[in-house]
Amino acid sequence: MAEVKILTEFYHLPEYQTLAGYQAKGGYETVPKALKMQAQQIIDEVKASGLRGRGGAGFPTGMKWGFLPKNGEPRYLLCNADEGEPGTFKDRMMMERAPHQLIEGMIISAFAIGSHKGYIYVRGEYVYPIECLNKAIQEAYAAGLLGKNILGSGFDFDLDVYRGAGAYICGEETGMISSLEGLKGQPKLKPPFPAVQGYLRKPTIVNNVETLAAVTYIIRDGAQAYRKNGTEKSSGTKLFSVSGNVVKPGNYEVPLGYPLMNLIMNECGGMKPGRKLKAVIPGGSSAPVLTAEEVAKANMDYESLAGLGTMLGSGAVIVIDDSQCMVDMLGVLTHFYAHESCGQCTPCREGTGWLNKILHAILEGRGRLQDIELLIKVADNMKGKTICALSDAAALPVLSFVNKFREEFEFYVREGRSKVKGTTYAEMHH
Amino acid sequence: MFKLSEQGLAEVKKELARYEAKESAIIPSLYIAQKENSGFVNPSVIHHLSQVMDIPEARINEVFKFYTMFNQKPVGKYHVQVCTNISCALEGSREMAGYICHELGVKYDEVTADGRFTVSKVECLGSCGTAPMMQVNDYYHEKLTPESAMNLLRGMK
Repeated sequence: MAEVKILTEFYHLPEYQTLAGYQAKGGYETVPKALKMQAQQIIDEVKASGLRGRGGAGFPTGMKWGFLPKNGEPRYLLCNADEGEPGTFKDRMMMERAPHQLIEGMIISAFAIGSHKGYIYVRGEYVYPIECLNKAIQEAYAAGLLGKNILGSGFDFDLDVYRGAGAYICGEETGMISSLEGLKGQPKLKPPFPAVQGYLRKPTIVNNVETLAAVTYIIRDGAQAYRKNGTEKSSGTKLFSVSGNVVKPGNYEVPLGYPLMNLIMNECGGMKPGRKLKAVIPGGSSAPVLTAEEVAKANMDYESLAGLGTMLGSGAVIVIDDSQCMVDMLGVLTHFYAHESCGQCTPCREGTGWLNKILHAILEGRGRLQDIELLIKVADNMKGKTICALSDAAALPVLSFVNKFREEFEFYVREGRSKVKGTTYAEMHH
Repeated sequence: MFKLSEQGLAEVKKELARYEAKESAIIPSLYIAQKENSGFVNPSVIHHLSQVMDIPEARINEVFKFYTMFNQKPVGKYHVQVCTNISCALEGSREMAGYICHELGVKYDEVTADGRFTVSKVECLGSCGTAPMMQVNDYYHEKLTPESAMNLLRGMK
């Protein structure tokens, strides 16, 4: 077992959800410490820790904070709790089990960046996590941990929850800002980056739930202690949401750099009886798929996965066994991206639609051999051409699935049925 | 014509005062109105909200149409949303969704004859480690089988 529980140490305790239970385990002890520090000291410590954004992009958190203008202009701290990347369910657990942990991280982060107003943008379906957060925020206000003059320090910070309404694109930080402004959740052209011009055109920092929660531990124990886990460039621990065909799916906190195969075989209890590992999507549905041979070489850090042509993303590990049809699974993904494209940029709006149409033509037995090339051509033309990364996120799975499991696609086109399942799409699902 | 209840109106007013920009109140207000309009939003709801909020109908309408949690058609008393994205699909959620429809004698996104159920296939709900799952109104039901899902639904009157 290689779990290292820094964030999740007390998640098994039901009372950890409450202020009293959280404080009993040292919760909020870092707030007075942080409020006595210089804001810049906190930023420097976060920079030195090497903490990188845990939502998907992996951007260095301290550097992001450093992009804020140095004047006293009002600024916002937004927590990205829109968790919509297929396969990801860690933020939900964090908000349910430890809402105060997020609040503490936000107080410290807000103080560091000089923000007096924060929002937690939670996806609309997360009704229970929102309930947990609202209760915790009320408790924190009553205890003087939020609002005016926090713990007599002279620092003010107000925090509120905003409930989204069902749109994957709102997990993109400028899409989230649009949504919070009461608009369609369409991403905005960058620059200006949110740190310069974000929510209501004011400087805004958007950080993921796990990122903000980690800040507390960096300030509590110091950057060097944080760096004891992980690798040189990918420091600390990370929550991995493992789903799919393993014996024990779930969230596991392990040091970055942990071998993917160990995560699957040890923490997750391996594959189900009689089944073999076929493929893994290592960082949420937008990450290129890895074959079983590649999985054996993969470590769960930003660099190792980039070296294999994929990414760590949100840390959602989707495990696929040998009973699954890759054509069928890609059809699930093309449907998702076609459904979630916000429609703003032509390559994405049209591209996601066409990828899905072509894929489903193949699945329904109407495919032609040249459609496989067409999939690749359309996907290639969607990369790096749009305002946000959704277009690339839709193209990358297509390219990796088709290139790595090409014989399954060719078989499907020729025979009109799945090579693995032996059946047609209609027989598989109706 | 739709009209918010007194309490609903008070809630919308509260949302209007809650944020720095009043347009931020559109999403929360649509939730409030949808709840009072038997679970969906129609032009009459948009018209009323526009008057109450003093925001153009087109402005509210574009937000309403963009987000999937606002229903454009009536739904049953219990809206059964089965995740059919990849993690759940790997564990048989599409077959489960098909079984539920078959047992209830209804097609996707339609309302059962008794008005109790609407079954929809939806994208990832963040419950991937406990697949397959379904959300019924505000609640998640996880680690299901087709049979256990149907047993739960049969108990919902």
